[in-house]
Amino acid sequence: MNTTIKGSIEQRTLIAMLSKSELESMARRCRVEICKMTHRAKAGHPGGSLSEIDILVALYGNYLSVKPDQPKWSDRDRFILSKGHASPGMYAILSEIGFIENQDLESYRVKGGICQGHVDMKWTPGVDFSAGSLGMGLSFGIGCALAAQLDESERQIYVMLGDGELQEGSIWEAAMAAAHHELGNLNVFVDRNNIQNDDFCIEQMRMFDIPSKWISFGWHVKEINGHDMEEICSGIEWMKQNKDGPSVIIANTVKGKGVSFMENNPQFHGAAPNDEQLALALEELGVIQ
Amino acid sequence: MTRMAATRDGYGQALLDLASNEKVVVLEADLGKSTKSLHFRKAYPERTFSFGIGEQNMMLGAAGLASSGYIPFASTFAIFTERGFEQVRNGIARPNLSVHLCGSHGGVHTGTDGSSAQSIEDLAIYRTLPNMTILHPCDDVSTRLLTIQLADHDGPSYTRTARNSTPVIYDGREDEIVIGKGIVVNDGNDVAIFACGVALHEAVKACHQLEQEGISVAVIDMHTIKPLDIDMVNKYAEKCGAIVTAEDHSVIGGLGSAIAEHLVKENPTPMEMIGVQDRFGESAQAHEMLELMGITHKDIANACQKVMTRKN
Repeated sequence: MNTTIKGSIEQRTLIAMLSKSELESMARRCRVEICKMTHRAKAGHPGGSLSEIDILVALYGNYLSVKPDQPKWSDRDRFILSKGHASPGMYAILSEIGFIENQDLESYRVKGGICQGHVDMKWTPGVDFSAGSLGMGLSFGIGCALAAQLDESERQIYVMLGDGELQEGSIWEAAMAAAHHELGNLNVFVDRNNIQNDDFCIEQMRMFDIPSKWISFGWHVKEINGHDMEEICSGIEWMKQNKDGPSVIIANTVKGKGVSFMENNPQFHGAAPNDEQLALALEELGVIQ
Repeated sequence: MTRMAATRDGYGQALLDLASNEKVVVLEADLGKSTKSLHFRKAYPERTFSFGIGEQNMMLGAAGLASSGYIPFASTFAIFTERGFEQVRNGIARPNLSVHLCGSHGGVHTGTDGSSAQSIEDLAIYRTLPNMTILHPCDDVSTRLLTIQLADHDGPSYTRTARNSTPVIYDGREDEIVIGKGIVVNDGNDVAIFACGVALHEAVKACHQLEQEGISVAVIDMHTIKPLDIDMVNKYAEKCGAIVTAEDHSVIGGLGSAIAEHLVKENPTPMEMIGVQDRFGESAQAHEMLELMGITHKDIANACQKVMTRKN
């Protein structure tokens, strides 16, 4: 067991930290792929993929201890995309890191393709949780965090929640349990993009003071700009230092970030860009066509 | 004198028997005293996790542990497992994680707690999920043996246990108990009764009554509802030509349905189904509930007489 722990620490030190500009470049490439994937599939969820992607890039680029050539390595850090509809963002970063090939992105929502509509651990190397039904990933993360503690491993468990997802009651069952079990290895991001499927969150279900809710459930809580790489990276380091209980970062984001006509537009929660919109999006993202 | 015990006691004992496997962990939702996981908690608190009164969270906590190499056994009342059904469906069965659920206090035999506590649909709903193994043993010995076997079982499972004591029939017969294999409790030629759980004991009593009337009755314990022991079903459909099923569960979707679904394709055989006839229970003693729902040995014997008149 000690060998495994040691191995994971060594693995972390092997990761060369990417610079802010390198992370931003990676995020831009991911945004391009998100637009292309949803356009090709004529379906999917670009808005929430674009809002979450900077956090995914920072995590995978600089912090997650994983081995793309051994996706099931038992002492890997876990990343649980609970808002599993935002799968294009996940597939884009998995391709960047090398879990899957760039051409695999063409299989998104295609029969037999490894990139299923919602992220699925049975189909895609590097996916740790089969999502698609909101309100489930945090509970799964609790199980992973308990297992890491039993293993006496320092591996970290990261969970990405949507803000609309906080309306699921099971999230609060899990929030209570994670604090009760003092899961200092459990780290949650809330992608606070203010939009859910049908409309703005404030129209569907007002959530009032989200940070205070988590504080009252016994969590370490921090708010950041979810598109600022420096804030994201310092936020992740803050999470890892909190050993006595779970941490949550409320990441203020913009739905559809990076593509002007998708930004803050509920229409692009679950709709793909058409040919014209794709061309415009790629132009905005600096792709020379 | 026949030893009496509740199947939930067999579950509690099995967890202790499994404790030498350090990968075995136990999850509770504030009903460990009732499901009998409390014995494990007392002995191995570091491997027992309370999820409070939060079944949905417990289901997926178990899934996370299973995905990390542990063998989770999670229990609550049968009815409350249903609270987490979608979690079981999407988070356990779909990724085929080896999480072992136990729903205690299943069926109307649960008694005076009344209809809110009497799950009569658990076997049916879990049976619809791909990858799931469904167990409903009839005594503490078989519950213990089957639960122990689950630790080496690939894929998720649901085991229903009962609150109240019933006769123990497998003392000294441990070798016969294997997941997926029905057990011939009594052999016979004229009619076959397939039963599970507390209804198995009513079937045995019905068998004795019918034998006094000169009827040769086979009684088969179908402790595994899924995967169904189709060889056993085929054999006794062929041999007896008339079948009665008996279960403390709705006749919609349970053991009777499973057997009928199989036979209608391969060997249509006259059948009668004893169970809860599409209604909810109420508060009454266990034996009174069986009478009220028509799941007694008399009901089973009458069904045998009736189905035999329809033999080819």
